[in-house]
Amino acid sequence: MKSAVLVFPGSNREGDVAHAIELVTGRKPEMVWHGAGDFEKTDLIVLPGGFSYGDYLRCGAMAAQSPVMAEVKRRAAKGVPVLAICNGFQIAAEAGLVPGVLMRNAHLKFVCADVHLKVETSQSLFTNRYQAGQVIKVPVAHAEGNYFADADTLKRIEDRGQVAFRYCAPDGAVDGTGNPNGSIHNIAGVFNEGKTVMGLMPHPENATEPMFGGTDGKALFEGLVEALT
Amino acid sequence: MIAEERNPPVKLPNEPVITPQIVAEHGLAPDEYERLLKIMGRTPTMVELGIFSAMWSEHCSYKSSKVWLKKLPTKAPWVIQGPGENAGVIDIGDGQAAIFKMESHNHPSYIEPYQGAATGVGGILRDVFTMGARPVANLNALRFGDPKHPKTRHLVSGVVAGIGGYGNCMGIPTVGGETNFHAAYNGNILVNAMTVGIAPTDRIFYAAAAGVGNPLVYVGSKTGRDGIHGATMSSTEFNEDSESKRPTVQVGDPFVEKLLLEACLELMATDAIVAIQDMGAAGLTSSSFEMAAKGGLGVVVELDKVPMRETGMNPYELMLSESQERMLIVLKPGREELARKIFEKWELDFAVIGRLTDTERMVLSWHGEIVGNIPIPPLVTEAPVYERPWTLTPLPPPLDAAKVPAPKDWNASLLALMSCPDLASKAWIWHQYDHRIMGNTAINPQEGDAALVRVPKGPHGTSHKGLAMTSDCTPRYVQAHPETGGRQAVAEAWRNITATGARPLAVTDNMNFGNPQKAEIMGQFAGAIMGMAEACKALDFPVVSGNVSLYNETEGRPILPTPTIGAVGVIDDISKAVGSRLREAGLGIVLIGETKGWLGQSLYLREACGREEGAPPPVDLAVERRNGDFVRGQIDLRRIAACHDLSDGGLLVALAEMCIAGGTGAEIALPTSAIPSHAFLYGEDQARYLVASKAPKDVIADAERAGVPALLLGYAGGDALSVKGLLSLKLSDIKAAHEAWLPAYMNATD
Repeated sequence: MKSAVLVFPGSNREGDVAHAIELVTGRKPEMVWHGAGDFEKTDLIVLPGGFSYGDYLRCGAMAAQSPVMAEVKRRAAKGVPVLAICNGFQIAAEAGLVPGVLMRNAHLKFVCADVHLKVETSQSLFTNRYQAGQVIKVPVAHAEGNYFADADTLKRIEDRGQVAFRYCAPDGAVDGTGNPNGSIHNIAGVFNEGKTVMGLMPHPENATEPMFGGTDGKALFEGLVEALT
Repeated sequence: MIAEERNPPVKLPNEPVITPQIVAEHGLAPDEYERLLKIMGRTPTMVELGIFSAMWSEHCSYKSSKVWLKKLPTKAPWVIQGPGENAGVIDIGDGQAAIFKMESHNHPSYIEPYQGAATGVGGILRDVFTMGARPVANLNALRFGDPKHPKTRHLVSGVVAGIGGYGNCMGIPTVGGETNFHAAYNGNILVNAMTVGIAPTDRIFYAAAAGVGNPLVYVGSKTGRDGIHGATMSSTEFNEDSESKRPTVQVGDPFVEKLLLEACLELMATDAIVAIQDMGAAGLTSSSFEMAAKGGLGVVVELDKVPMRETGMNPYELMLSESQERMLIVLKPGREELARKIFEKWELDFAVIGRLTDTERMVLSWHGEIVGNIPIPPLVTEAPVYERPWTLTPLPPPLDAAKVPAPKDWNASLLALMSCPDLASKAWIWHQYDHRIMGNTAINPQEGDAALVRVPKGPHGTSHKGLAMTSDCTPRYVQAHPETGGRQAVAEAWRNITATGARPLAVTDNMNFGNPQKAEIMGQFAGAIMGMAEACKALDFPVVSGNVSLYNETEGRPILPTPTIGAVGVIDDISKAVGSRLREAGLGIVLIGETKGWLGQSLYLREACGREEGAPPPVDLAVERRNGDFVRGQIDLRRIAACHDLSDGGLLVALAEMCIAGGTGAEIALPTSAIPSHAFLYGEDQARYLVASKAPKDVIADAERAGVPALLLGYAGGDALSVKGLLSLKLSDIKAAHEAWLPAYMNATD
């Protein structure tokens, strides 16, 4: 699997996701600077976490307008898979690659903590190594991860099975206790209609080694390798 | 070309006449101004006066503390760079160095908590990456006033958000620290920030300029009018007008600093740099001065070339601004274009603003006219140094444990201690810090005595090393007896590193004290230094960097003397490291070290009895070392599943912390002894650890051979903590009490 990790000014988890990809594939991803209008053809494009453009204006709003994103949109439209994590999710939402928006956390504070996620479907490139209903533990680290969509959009994505992960309690109960940011319907990750783009707030890349946060995020990358190699 | 030797410089339009009042406003004492006149041989211009004022401020010159700081040991075979550079550097093997320092931002954080704390983090990060290191961890030590004080909640909220706001955006994990509350900090909080970075040992960058004619380059943000006179402001006592000094607090932009970090590291990978220095306190003044002074050279600065944020700025403002996210670099000749391209790629300002000379003078020009001309060596060699009068604090008589009442209700006493402000869970704080980014965090906050991160791959390939880091000080001990308190702070830092299995290597100190012009405050400083020096020598734990913050007083009331010790250690095989979480039923719980039941200055005494008295627990450094070396050896043998040193709150609090961190209960029994139970369980005798082991009998047998006191107290298991005949509490109840206080306090609206 060949992959490209985009780097915007202010990206800061590009190294973490590159490390996770290398761990699973044995191969370093290509790091693509935001100013590039074009880049090598890859099987996967990753929009990493961070504070692109300082999160000034609105998280992800400026990065969504950068030259490289025009190319990402073109490729995503042709079906090239895009994994958008945290600030990457915010960028993808701003760019219209996935439905919904990410607002300030309901408690108005940055939150870094392990959270539990309920896997909603195993029927996707990104989740094929998980079981539907499985509970995994991965960290979040964000100030603006409060997912929101209007009633029509929400109904549509729920009906079409576009929810990838929901925040839950350790036993899998989807209720207020496991929701770290106030996201509507506890949504932690969503797909585009074709399930070729996934945006999620949690950081599976920081849960790929036993001593350093556990291994529950590793299967996401292993699943991608299986689907894209 | 500028006529460098023209002297005196021209007067600028609107330049005020230097009066005694203007001199006093610059924080220079009359005799210090006499000294200035002798060096200059004439009346200075305003910008020259401003430069002397900044360079001779307590903050930049260490004039009251210098004679004492010299008493600290600074050398060891693994020390690459001791105090005097931007940060200390130690060799951690495999061609890698750890570069670290702790620095205070106390006064700015009190005046404007978010920006004060944020720029404190920004400043210490720059100190570390200036030397070529990529920062890998941040820590912080915070001291706030009484929770009941009307400003405390606002200060906690702002400081924590500021630290998080800066560090999170930079992408450096904040992995550890400490937070205390005490009424002595009501009008003067402490915000001490520490950064640790990693660099290849053959690519460390220093501040000493070299090469006459080499270009002096300014990079980073533009210069604005923020933070003018920050160094002078932080060198005076607070009074009721201090909040009017808000304009002297700088405003941080972590996004620009992230770009600056990446751009600097990119430039450092080339061979273009001769010397580099960040612009911290006293901005362009101290950075250009220090680079030239360290290199024995002169410098010409064309101030009109400095990138400016606003129009109408004058030389005085440009030299004294403390605008953030700026660096000064001496480049090799002909490398300007290479460097310019890198900084332009990162969308940062880049300007050649001067060059090095052989005149040993700092010459400032402004649109072709000389506006300042100062000889460099005498400003350094003839800087004021004070041997201020000092009176040592006498050792209070020890407190007889028998005269301290036992708790009437043991369960209630433990719940009260676990939920008191100093011991309550600080999760509300550290959940606002990204402690997981970079993916190397092996021990999270509250899961071990020290934070532990994996050392990234170095020049010799993949590393299995871990870096253990901690920050420690028990101010109430230092207040009671500064020598013992100084010794204890170092010993506790050493013990916390040891408790993870790592070898303690070196220290950075952040000396926070009151007004040094008072003999008893200077005596606290002297006493703390004596204790620290003794401990650092005995434990082979040299001081490689540090910072002094004096005048921490408001309306004449000083803070508790707080010599914060930041420490770093290394474990060669990180898979052997342990935290403090008790995670497995059946583990034997062994107490290492001797218990005498010392209740003087203990938290039990303060929280349960409302008394702060007696001598602090004595620190026997030989015993400290023997017990610590033993524990580290047992961890290396993989005999230990969890380890926790005994400090605030003593044995019972330590065990309760281990239980709730790991989610496993424990049942222990006290040995028969003459020590009252409450002294045994809540006493704060030093050099002690609790270890949990699958093979407790082997640990005890080894301890006997090593001459280390060791006692099997009981076993892990169940969902309760119990002490036979005294106490039994459900873990969930202890956890609830421990975790409830801080969020409830912060969310209250009264």
